[in-house]
Amino acid sequence: MGIFLFHCFLGIIKPPYKIGPVIRQINFIGARSLFVILFTGAFTGMVLALQGYYALRKVGSEGFLGSAVGLSLIRELGPVLTALMVVGRAGSAICAEIGIMRNSEQIDALECMAIDPHKYLMAPKFLAGIISLPLLTFVFDVIGIFGGYLVGVGLFGVNEGAYFQGMYSSVDWRDIHMGIVKSLVFGLLIIWIAAAKGYFLHYERSGGFGAEGVSRTTTNAVVLSSVTILVWNYLITAILL
Amino acid sequence: MEDGRKPIIQLIDVVKFFKQQKVLDKVSLTVREGTTMVIVGGSGQGKSVLLKHMLGLLKPDEGKVLVFGMDMAGISKKELKEVRQEYGVLFQNVALFDSMTVFDNVALPLRERTRLSEAEIRTQVEEKLAMMDLEGNDEKFPAQLSGGMKKRVGLARALILNPRIVFFDEPTTGLDVTRSNEIYRLFYKTQAQLKYTAVIVSHDVPKIFKLADYVALVAGGKIQECLTPEDFQLSENPAIKSFVKETMGPIYSSEEEEMGFYEADQR
Ligand SMILES: Nc1ncnc2c1ncn2[C@@H]1O[C@H](COP(=O)(O)OP(=O)(O)OP(=O)(O)O)[C@@H](O)[C@H]1O
Ligand SMILES: [Mg+2]
Repeated sequence: MGIFLFHCFLGIIKPPYKIGPVIRQINFIGARSLFVILFTGAFTGMVLALQGYYALRKVGSEGFLGSAVGLSLIRELGPVLTALMVVGRAGSAICAEIGIMRNSEQIDALECMAIDPHKYLMAPKFLAGIISLPLLTFVFDVIGIFGGYLVGVGLFGVNEGAYFQGMYSSVDWRDIHMGIVKSLVFGLLIIWIAAAKGYFLHYERSGGFGAEGVSRTTTNAVVLSSVTILVWNYLITAILL
Repeated sequence: MEDGRKPIIQLIDVVKFFKQQKVLDKVSLTVREGTTMVIVGGSGQGKSVLLKHMLGLLKPDEGKVLVFGMDMAGISKKELKEVRQEYGVLFQNVALFDSMTVFDNVALPLRERTRLSEAEIRTQVEEKLAMMDLEGNDEKFPAQLSGGMKKRVGLARALILNPRIVFFDEPTTGLDVTRSNEIYRLFYKTQAQLKYTAVIVSHDVPKIFKLADYVALVAGGKIQECLTPEDFQLSENPAIKSFVKETMGPIYSSEEEEMGFYEADQR
């Protein structure tokens, strides 16, 4: 899997560069995930405000609601939930697509045409994943903060100024930095696992044959990516804190 | 079979196992420049496996595959790519890119391997598709084609870059007689023009013999013999004899025998 990643990076670096396939993949991985991200982002922000309000009211510090919502979104929930959504939408699709291409000898055909599948197939996906994830995470965070605003300020009457002021003063560059690092790493991990699982379908221990092989491998890839994301989330937090 | 022409592909004592099953058992075969090698043999005897060794998709467990004198198992990725730039390949299952249209399938090698403009690509692709009698199907997807049409798209894709060596795994299986005759004529014509080396796996005996410079029979994991078509039909090798009798028998037998053959089938 490491060698695979290495070849994919060579594929990204080596000319000629083609922008069209990357845009198409960004559209697929990024733009088409937007709606899901908007939806989950809003509800995550709302539930954070809800929980946060009840917890903070007990100690009489509702004014910290803004900073609580903002920090948990930017540092943890934004990158993680965005990544999990993208795993479900794009990771599974990429694994299935490549797996089917492997199964029906389309990857062999590419190789025999002297077209490097790492460059032709994988490189645009990696680039798109690394570009899309931070952007989606950003959208998730912003929508989540407004969702929190809606519940906190709109529903419970927390002071509007305090909500944003508290957030503004407690979120500093390091938190944003952590969010960006996480989303970049998750973007890479998602595509890596999905693409490699599909690419090495024929080496699957349980046998990657036919439709069932593809579906089983795709399920494995989704589970593996999700777990990996949560583990790496912990690791990055531990390193950067 | 002495022949002055330069050997391009050499298989030397190639042994291939799949798990316990020995598919190729010390196969040796030489394909010479500018000649057409036809590989025949029963279903499941290892013809496609043999071809995949020449393509570098499978590695022999023992023995060597040399292409242009280079060992396919030992060369670097870059050298392998250079070798494959000379290849034009039709897989047995065609392996068209199923999420691309017919046009994009045939255009792909041009787009990825040359710097031609989109307009030039269009002319070349249209020309190849016309050659394969596929005009007006550019925008269809492989799933919307008939089996024979897929074969023809695969052939167009294999020939688009004017390769030096072509590998066709059953190019005419699933085509009607007229079409396959046309394809054979086309092979004949293009080979006369481009002087490519061809390795063709086919069940279309004896028709394919007209194209062949050499015929090799794969049976029992071995190349039984590699002979010119004329010698092949007269060979004393028991495996070849029975193959020739089976495949060409009805044509040469008298009419009564043939009637008997079909009646036996009906009973
Ligand atoms: N990837 C593989 N794994 C395991 N066994 C394989 C594999 N590929 C081929 N075989 C086995 O190798 C043998 C030869 O297969 P091959 O596809 O070369 O036959 P063939 O001569 O091309 O037959 P046909 O004329 O029907 O295409 C078969 O017994 C097949 O089961
Ligand atoms: Mg075959």
